[in-house]
This record gives sequence, C-alpha cells and structure tokens, in this order.
Amino acid sequence: MRHVISILVENKAGVLARITCLISGRGFNIDSLAVGETENPALSRITLVVKGDDAIVEQVKKQIGKIIDVIKVIDFTDEAFVERDLMLLKVNCPVGKRGEIIEIVDIFRGKIIDVGLKDLVIEIAGTEDKLEAMTSLLRPYGIKELVQTGSVAIARGTK
Amino acid sequence: MIKTGTQILLDALIREGVEYVFGIPGGVVLPLFDTLFDSSIKFILTRHEQGAGHAADGYARATGKVGVCLVTSGPGATNLVTAIATAYMDSIPIVAITGQVKTFLIGNDAFQEADIIGITRPITKHSYLVKDIKDLARVVKEAFYIANTGRRGPVLIDLPVDVTLEKCEEVIPAEVDLPGYKPRYEGNIRQIKIAAEVINNSKRPVVYAGGGIISSDSSKELIELAEKGNLPVTTTLMGLGGFPEDHNLSLGMLGMHGTVYANFAVTECDLLVAIGSRFDDRVTGKIDEFAPHAKIIHIDIDPASISKTVQVDIPIVGDAKNILQGLNKHTHFVERKEWLDKIKNWKEKNPLSYNNSGNVIKPQYVIEQICDAAKGNAIITTEVGQHQMWAAQYFTFTQPRTFLSSGGLGTMGYGFPAAIGAQLGCPDKLVVDIAGDGSIQMNIQELSTVARLNIPVKIAILNNGYLGMVRQWQELFYNKRYSSVNLNGNPDFVKLAEAYGAKGFLVEKKEDVRPTIEKAFSIKGPVIMDFRVDPNENVFPMVPAGQAINRMIGTMA
Repeated sequence: MRHVISILVENKAGVLARITCLISGRGFNIDSLAVGETENPALSRITLVVKGDDAIVEQVKKQIGKIIDVIKVIDFTDEAFVERDLMLLKVNCPVGKRGEIIEIVDIFRGKIIDVGLKDLVIEIAGTEDKLEAMTSLLRPYGIKELVQTGSVAIARGTK
Repeated sequence: MIKTGTQILLDALIREGVEYVFGIPGGVVLPLFDTLFDSSIKFILTRHEQGAGHAADGYARATGKVGVCLVTSGPGATNLVTAIATAYMDSIPIVAITGQVKTFLIGNDAFQEADIIGITRPITKHSYLVKDIKDLARVVKEAFYIANTGRRGPVLIDLPVDVTLEKCEEVIPAEVDLPGYKPRYEGNIRQIKIAAEVINNSKRPVVYAGGGIISSDSSKELIELAEKGNLPVTTTLMGLGGFPEDHNLSLGMLGMHGTVYANFAVTECDLLVAIGSRFDDRVTGKIDEFAPHAKIIHIDIDPASISKTVQVDIPIVGDAKNILQGLNKHTHFVERKEWLDKIKNWKEKNPLSYNNSGNVIKPQYVIEQICDAAKGNAIITTEVGQHQMWAAQYFTFTQPRTFLSSGGLGTMGYGFPAAIGAQLGCPDKLVVDIAGDGSIQMNIQELSTVARLNIPVKIAILNNGYLGMVRQWQELFYNKRYSSVNLNGNPDFVKLAEAYGAKGFLVEKKEDVRPTIEKAFSIKGPVIMDFRVDPNENVFPMVPAGQAINRMIGTMA
C-alpha cells in the first residue's frame, strides 16, 4: 500500500541521511521525497512516499521515530489530507500548436512560464493523478524534459 | 574559562564519571593524547582498536556505566566498527570517540580519512561530527545521555583535529535538550493492571526475560514477580543472570540451544510474559509455532520492538523496573499445581546432560568445574560458538551482569577484550573468558595489554582443534563435509601466553582439570588454560534453524 509519511525533524546535517539509510537498509525504494524548512527555521519537514507491506511500513515508521533528531512521524494514509506535487515540463511546440497546448494547460490550471520558438515550459501543481493526466495529453506533442518534486502533504482542518 | 578542545573534551568525560578510556593513539589525536598525559582519566592502551571497543563494551556490561573508547581517524575508526555493531545489537551503552582529519580536509581523501559517521550510521544509536568547538561540551553531555537512557546503545563522536586545537570559553550545559528524544519510562497504568489481571487468571504462564532485565537492573523485581505470582521464568542468552538459575522457578535458557523444559513450557503456555526481550530468531525458531497457545504480554522500553516479529496482545512500553514494580502491586499468588508439576516432570526427564564416562575431557565438564571452583561467583565472558553455548548451559548464573557475551551480532573475538573491561570495572571479581581455540585467536594480541598491566583475567580455551559450531552444522546438515573448519596449525597456547609474559597451562587429562582451574584462579595475574577437549562433542539440545522450538534434536528423552 502507498503511504504518505510526514516527518518533522531538527534542521541539522545528517538527519536526512539517517532516515534514508534506515529505509534503504530494509530494501525499500522511496517513491518520492521532499524536504524543506517549516514555519520554524530550526525544524524541517520531510514528506516521504513509500509503497510496501503495511506491517513493514509500520516498523519503518517506528524506527524513524527512534532517530534522535526526529521529532514526530505522521502517516497520512488513514487521515484526511491534501497532497501536491509540482512538475515542470518542456514540451515541443511549433507555432501553430501553441493555442491547443495552452488550452490543455488551462484545463488543468497549469501555467506557461516560458515560451520559445520551438517549445513551451509548463508549470503545474497537483496530485500525482492530475499530473499524470496532463502529461498523457501532452505526450503526443513530444515532451522534451520533465522534472518533478516529491509530494508534500498537509492534514486538513485542525485536530 | 578559556580552554582548548582537548581540555573541554577530557573535562566533560570527567564530569560524566569516566574512570577508564580504552584505545590507541594516532596522528590526528596527538593533541588529545598530549592532554591525556596529565589527566586523571586512566587510559588503557589496547593492541587493536577492536579490542578497545569490546573492552569498553565489557566495562559497560559489567558495571552498568557507559564504556568509552578513543581511537584515531581512518583505520583506527574503521577497526572499531565490529565493536560498535556488537554493542548496538546488544543495546550496550558505549561512547566511541574517533579522531578526524582537519575540518577543511574532510571529504578530500586526506591521509587516514574515513567517513566513519557514514560507515557507522546503521550501527549507532546516534552520532556527532563536531565542527565547532562551542558544541563540544554539549555534544559529550548529550552523547552520554543518549547512550545510557532509553534502549541503550553506542554513540559516536567524530572529532576533527583542528577543533581539538582551538580555544574557547567553556560553557557547561546545565541540561540536555533533545526535543526528538523522550524515552518513556513509566508504563501505562491501565495496561499494567490489565496485564496483572491476565497473569492472575493464567493457568500456564511463562515469563520470558531478556537483556532488558539486566540493563534496567530489575532482576530483584523480576524475582519478586515470579515468587509473588508463582511464575516459571526462562531467560534468553542476554538475560542470563537476570533470574537465578538455582531458583526452583527457573527454566534456564530457551531457544536454539535452550533447555528442553523451557522450550516445552513456552510451546504449551497459555500466557507468555516477555520482558526486555525482542523475539530474536534464535529464541523463537519457526515463528508460526512459537508459543502458539499463548496470549502475549510484551514489556519493552523500545516501542519499535513491540509486534516487530510476533503480534502481541498486551504491549507495555516503558522501563522494565518501573513496570515490574507496578505489576508486583497487582499480582497475587496462584497455585497452578498441574502446570508446575508438568514442568517439574519435564525437568526430571530432560535435564541438560552429556556423557562424562570416558577419559576424554568433555567441554561441559570444564565449565561445570569452573562454575564449582568459582562457587558460581564470577564474571564469565565468552567468545562465540560451541563454548559460548556450553557456558550458557552449564555455568549456573545467579547474578545479573555476570554473563557477558555477544548475543545479537555473534562476534568471535569479543570475550577476551570484554573481560579486560569487566575486570577493570570490577577489580575484586574473578573474571573468566570462556573461549574456543578459533575465537581466542581473533583478539589474541590483547595478551600484551593484560600482561603489561597485570590485569588478572583468566582465559579457559576449550580447545577442540575446530571451528566447532560450524563443524557441528556441517556434521548435522552438510553430510559431514568438513569444509575449512579444521584448525590445524593452532599455536602452542602455553608458549604463546609465556611469550607475552602471561602464565599458560596445558590440560590434557581429566583429573588435571580441577586442580589447574584452582591454580589459575589463585594466581594474581593473567592466565591461559588450554583444555584439550573432545573434538567431536556437539552442543545439544538443538533446534535446527527454522524449526519449531519444541522439535529438538540430541535430547536424551
């Protein structure tokens, strides 16, 4: 099962290495990873997406929680949460196709952030599904380059 | 006060109550050793860094205090790796201090540089690279706190040489502030009450106690629980000494080379009370058939140990001592005659036994004689292999912190340096390393250390000319194809001892076993006893790997 795990850590050297070392040491692949400072610059938030057997993921979460610089581990899987990835795409775009592509991008509420003679750079944020849907519509035009951040997630409402 | 990094470090160690530091000097730790020259801390020079690491570990296991080792960068640090992994697997508090190249050279493939933080990341509880002298006093305080609280374990401090040479105003931290590290000591009261009720209502209970009993110093509380509730107790290898084996409720050790009655009792029990134990595969055998009829209570300080391999019914996270005190308030005596009679019957029918009728020296006999000569009052360290299992089976352990052995990692070469640490920590105790002829050669260089400092450890080599445990597996499971287990070319251990300046005795006759042990024990210095034992003796009973623990081979029954 896919697990979106949010980890609050002290903003110190080596914390990310400890977490990834622990996960890779168990033969898990990390599907996506995002790290950034939080509202408090002394703390960082790591959002991890891993797929695996629930019992093993549970064990990995407990082990991550034991790392000294880890303050809190939250698994969003059983909670109401919102999740976003950010993607940048460079798409082939001869002058005549520009209108079509902009239309597709608008439907997905993406943005054109750079226009060249032969290509466009598109920015889009959303869930994995949404990004995949737009990518598949743009594929026929020729995707020259695609870069994507890891998921970031936040719980809905207040608890 | 303005101090150098070396002074700040050593003063911080003194504040932590460090008496001994084990290690070897080298290039980047020269400034530190210069300051150490005038320090009140006693530095024990070992002859290999692995020896220093195990000595710090043995000191920690025997005393309950944090063991400290100090080595140079690069090979000094990498030589410590096995010792750190050994301590990590058995949750032993040590602080390992490694020198490091100058801060600006880190990552440049400098002379004697190794990324020891990276190398030891999966085998340390925590580690620090100190890049700013202002952090040093705080780091040392935190390292000792982390090592010796919660589930204990090794902490590494990597210290670049330029940081040790800098000067700064020493600021002694008042308290440790670690927002991500709050080990839980108090057990949940509701869970404790539920557990006590389940214990009171059980018909066929067994307590399964591990190394957590030793590290939380709760063997008194465990005895009280057993006697109060009338509960039979089995211990793991790591838990030996946590419950007196001469107690009528003792089942001895369980698992792969455990007693028949312990394994039968666990298989038939209706309640298993696991305390400070982690359901290791050498204990459980085939996991689906481990305690199949039992409800399981699991008491552990490490929340990640709960339901790791076996699903438990009543988890209680916290310190075993606290939780046992709580349980003792709510547990009452229950007769359980039928169950205890059944166990008594198993004990009578299937005692630990070996054939001692011939003239050849049986290794088990040597251990019984050591136990008897020491009146059970000694610290026993072991290496890893057959001799380790025989020591676990045939020495009657009655006190905690008297059996020091590498349980989790299974490190050959552990016992002798661990004995050095134990002997320095407990100068009035008799310390005996029970060794095999294979294992002892893995850290034999420490004979120099004990001879030079006259550290009076006794080494009993059960010399069978083989890597015995591997030979046993090849005999039983690999059609007697003895591949690379014959130790032809062993040195003359008596001459070897003498070459280092220790005493050595060769024992080839059964009647010489006891007198030699007594003679060795009376000598106030290091002694090697080379017992030529039956080369074909195997460790029984034995649960073949992956089998249910009640399917033992080599039992008399």
